[in-house]
Amino acid sequence: MNRFSFTRANSVPEAVRAGGGADTRFLAGGTNLIDLMKENVERPSALVDINRVGLAGIEERPGGGLRLGALVSNADTAYDRRVAERYPLLACAILAGASPQLRNAATNGGNLNQRTRCYYFYDTATPCNKRNPGTGCGAIGGVNRIHAILGASPSCIATNPSDMCVALAALNATVRVTGPDGEREIAFADYHRLPGDAPQHDNTLRTGELVTAIDLPDEDFSAHHTYLKLRDRLSYAFALVSVAVALRMEGDRIAEARIALGGVAHKPWRVPAAEQALAGQPASAENFDRAAELLLRGAQGQGHNDFKIGLARRAIRRALRQAAAGTPQSQTDKRIA
Amino acid sequence: MNVLQNVGIGSAINRVDGLQKVTGRARYAAEHPVPGLLHGVIVSGAIPKGRIVTLEDSEARAVPGVVEVLSHKNRPHVAWFDRSHKDMVAPPGSPFKALYDDKILFSGQPIALVIAESFEVARYAASLVRASYEVEPHNTDFHKAQAERFMPSKKRDTYHPPKNRGDADAAFAAAPVKVSAEYHLATEHHNPMEMHASTVVWEGDGSLTVFDKTQGPQNVRDYLAGVFGMSASTIRVMNPFVGGAFGSGLRPQYQVYLAVMAARMLQRSVRVVMTRQQMFTHGHRPEALQSVQLGAERDGTMTAIRNSATTSTSRYENNMEDVVIWGMMNYACENAAGEYAIAPVDTATSTDMRAPGAATGMTFFEMAVDELAYAAGIDPLEFRLKNYSETDQMNGTPFTSKALREAYAEGAEAFGWSRRSQAPRSMKEGRELVGWGVATGMWDAMFSKTSASARLSANGHLEVASAASDIGTGTYTVMTQAAADTLGLPVEQIAVRLGDSSLPKAPVEGGSWMAASVGAAVQLACRSVAEKLLSAAAKMQNSPLAGASMEAVRFSGGRIALRDDPARGVAITEVMRASGTDVIAVEETASAGISGMISQMRKSRNTHSAIFVEVRVDEELGVVRVTRVVNAVAAGRIINPKTARSQILGGVVMGISMALHEESMTDHRYGRFMNHNYAEYHVPVNADIHDIQVIFVDEPDPEVTPLGVKGLGEIGIVGTAAAVANAIFHATGKRVRALPITIDKLVDDTVAP
Ligand SMILES: Cc1cc2nc3c(=O)[nH]c(=O)nc-3n(C[C@H](O)[C@H](O)[C@H](O)COP(=O)(O)OP(=O)(O)OC[C@H]3O[C@@H](n4cnc5c(N)ncnc54)[C@H](O)[C@@H]3O)c2cc1C
Ligand code: SF4
Repeated sequence: MNRFSFTRANSVPEAVRAGGGADTRFLAGGTNLIDLMKENVERPSALVDINRVGLAGIEERPGGGLRLGALVSNADTAYDRRVAERYPLLACAILAGASPQLRNAATNGGNLNQRTRCYYFYDTATPCNKRNPGTGCGAIGGVNRIHAILGASPSCIATNPSDMCVALAALNATVRVTGPDGEREIAFADYHRLPGDAPQHDNTLRTGELVTAIDLPDEDFSAHHTYLKLRDRLSYAFALVSVAVALRMEGDRIAEARIALGGVAHKPWRVPAAEQALAGQPASAENFDRAAELLLRGAQGQGHNDFKIGLARRAIRRALRQAAAGTPQSQTDKRIA
Repeated sequence: MNVLQNVGIGSAINRVDGLQKVTGRARYAAEHPVPGLLHGVIVSGAIPKGRIVTLEDSEARAVPGVVEVLSHKNRPHVAWFDRSHKDMVAPPGSPFKALYDDKILFSGQPIALVIAESFEVARYAASLVRASYEVEPHNTDFHKAQAERFMPSKKRDTYHPPKNRGDADAAFAAAPVKVSAEYHLATEHHNPMEMHASTVVWEGDGSLTVFDKTQGPQNVRDYLAGVFGMSASTIRVMNPFVGGAFGSGLRPQYQVYLAVMAARMLQRSVRVVMTRQQMFTHGHRPEALQSVQLGAERDGTMTAIRNSATTSTSRYENNMEDVVIWGMMNYACENAAGEYAIAPVDTATSTDMRAPGAATGMTFFEMAVDELAYAAGIDPLEFRLKNYSETDQMNGTPFTSKALREAYAEGAEAFGWSRRSQAPRSMKEGRELVGWGVATGMWDAMFSKTSASARLSANGHLEVASAASDIGTGTYTVMTQAAADTLGLPVEQIAVRLGDSSLPKAPVEGGSWMAASVGAAVQLACRSVAEKLLSAAAKMQNSPLAGASMEAVRFSGGRIALRDDPARGVAITEVMRASGTDVIAVEETASAGISGMISQMRKSRNTHSAIFVEVRVDEELGVVRVTRVVNAVAAGRIINPKTARSQILGGVVMGISMALHEESMTDHRYGRFMNHNYAEYHVPVNADIHDIQVIFVDEPDPEVTPLGVKGLGEIGIVGTAAAVANAIFHATGKRVRALPITIDKLVDDTVAP
């Protein structure tokens, strides 16, 4: 851990003013940032504590939908009655992640900005383009069972580890940010990015920008949804593959489908063609297989993670079945529905 | 009133140190407050093999608060000869000496210690130390290392070579039913909750008090004396509480060496704590490859055993385990051949981890036995009973006791084994494939010479003490019960001291011998107190006990009374007062004795167990749930059914962990374990553990150890992973022969398209 200055911001403008440096980090729950500082992976020169800036509520949006404050804890979000009733997919995804203690400390803004769990990223004795651009990617040709099968680049094959973000992607959320140049909104699909040749950037947030809220549109997928997470033990492990599905059903037919994959790419993975292929179609095994195929088109293993392709195919199929049947995966009973 | 029945040997009292532990009053090695303490932070090396060319510490030294940076360049003198660095349980070879020279032997090797006035400063400054290296070719790939497989002429003291019988090759060739399979176990790290830590107190006169995370305070004391050329009488090592160890604390670890080195150099008190990442830079369960070939008659009579294994060691020490002997001992089979060797890789030396050798070797043997049972078309439990042996087949000796048959029977009954259908995939429920598996466990029932003292005060307060350790296993409780049993005192009047090298001599806490050994020592010491009390009581005026022998009296409820007429007796405090005794203090040593030694030569002494497991595997996704376990254990006399059950529960959880979770993954290019943290090195969490039932079968065995106790620390893990793997086969029809059985090994078209 390095030396750093510490300031506590009492308002969003104060935070934005203090947070302008390239080596400045906002401190929210600290469950990821502090860990990374202890490992000397993050070495900020300044920390700006944002826990007192407000943004700690969940509100109805004027035009419908909900606004989730960036500083609301993951636990409070998942257990909020409005979230649980209207966006159960989001609640499920949050509850599939980490542990109760961590979810109590973790914030919504922090969850969006948590960094990859790639072993090499965490180990400063090894090369990593994301941690130290230009040093190479340790994971390519190394231990990579948790790495990406989609959207990877020769510079980086890391995955985004968040469960919450997979649901937010499927729900077409919007990220609200405030920065030195004022406020802007970022569609969730544009928030995280693929590694390309700049894997040091996980997302499209600009220097000094603060996430203030996540907006959920006024849409109802509560009857047909699921979050299916597959991992190396039955709880408290990051996803090897996860699938968020939200369906609008008309009788036996799927009117609208949203599918996002976690654990497979540098960002939550959505493929519009796969969702369109399901629209207007019956909820059948063949159609689910077809969607899986489209979602996984171009998937490529790195050796240890080759199994993820088959696992993802099965998981997509199963999750679609769960959602269509209205039997979402329980996050407490570990039997797969 | 009937205290004897309530707290003595055999009663399920709560662990006596429980309150201290759950209220945080139990202090661990890094928690002892010391005024003026310095903090040392270890800098770990980045390469697996080669030489340190430059070590740049000026930036670190410039940080205010930094007191010293120790490295090979400026370290104080330590003993020259390897033998001075050998601890009691060191395997043959040349022990690792931290900061000794510029040589790098394994990745993560400590290359410097930054010492500062505060932990934060030390930690920051440690991040500023820069090293450059000259890299030499290395190999950490155990499969490649097979080319260098060998068996050194100098064996580890604890190693038992396999003894062959009959003609296994011919029998195997001729067997009408046979299986041949290769098994692999990934490297595992012990990962106890508490990281290795030492707080070294500089006493001012050159003597040291060392709070250390260890399983043997006297082992650490003697090691430090050897390394630093100190008299053992000037070092006191304390480990009153240990937050788990599983074998990782058998040998002194490098943090204690570094902390003592710094304390002596700076003449200050120093604390050094490893990080979780550094917990992956010392001992680990060796990686293993085992090849098992078994033959049988068509009726299931076993005719051939060929059991061969290799385990990993380092380049500088030759660690060995008993891997192949277990199956050869356990089964009635006329022809058996075992073969074992080690193969070096460029890592730290592997070390004992819960049931070393057996956890690996018996697990794979029991997986092979399951395969043979299926090849013969016989129920796997019936197959084991058919080839049951009352005697140790490898050594040709009887057992002091072996109630494995009873364990099979009681376990099967509790589990409902008779309702099992033999065919794989035949017990499906919904989308879940249900599988039932069985396996056998086996471990040594050892006894180790141990001393204990007892000190009875005039107020009836008793203190018993031994340099034993309690690594969570319940030694405090066992010693309390052995004392209560002998002197009939209530628990509140008994204080136990352990975890202190200045106390009467005890072995390291390992091998499951502690309860039997220290229990016997405490009993002896307390018996000697009892004799003194009785003779004093007999001398009292009008004593009701005049002329009574030890056999004629009973110590109970703080009194000594006639067995035949309990109303006639005296209170212990009364005896002390009447005889004007302030204190009775004795020290006794429990050893096997002549008869015990003869018995050890003539008879085998082992614990046994039968493990039954139910798994449910999602057919499509390969997700495994271990929904039921029954572990029936034959381990002689049970001192405390509650702490004993806890030991078995922990062993079973660790067995499930071995079957499904634990794996230290190496990047062979960098020769480095990559998942070196608790988030990515997986052990089971609550959601992975369901119903575990522990049964202790009746197994009276007065011969095995003085108390008839066999020990329970390790038997719980042995065979458990095999029962899980066998259940997974029964569920899915797929044999996975490489542990852990992770989801990637089960998601394939042979399980479900
Ligand atoms: C052992 C372990 C297991 C875990 N398992 C899971 C899991 O299974 N699934 C899962 O999804 N997650 C898991 N997590 C991750 C956890 O969800 C994240 O650590 C958490 O969400 C981060 O939130 P925080 O508030 O603590 O963020 P912090 O650690 O405070 O911050 C993280 C990053 O976000 C930035 N940041 C924070 N708030 C803002 C803001 N408002 N605007 C801009 N930038 C901001 C910080 O500067 C920092 O870079 C696990 C974590 C641990 C330690
Ligand atoms: S995958 Fe990305 S994060 Fe991991 S080592 Fe490569 S560049 Fe670094």
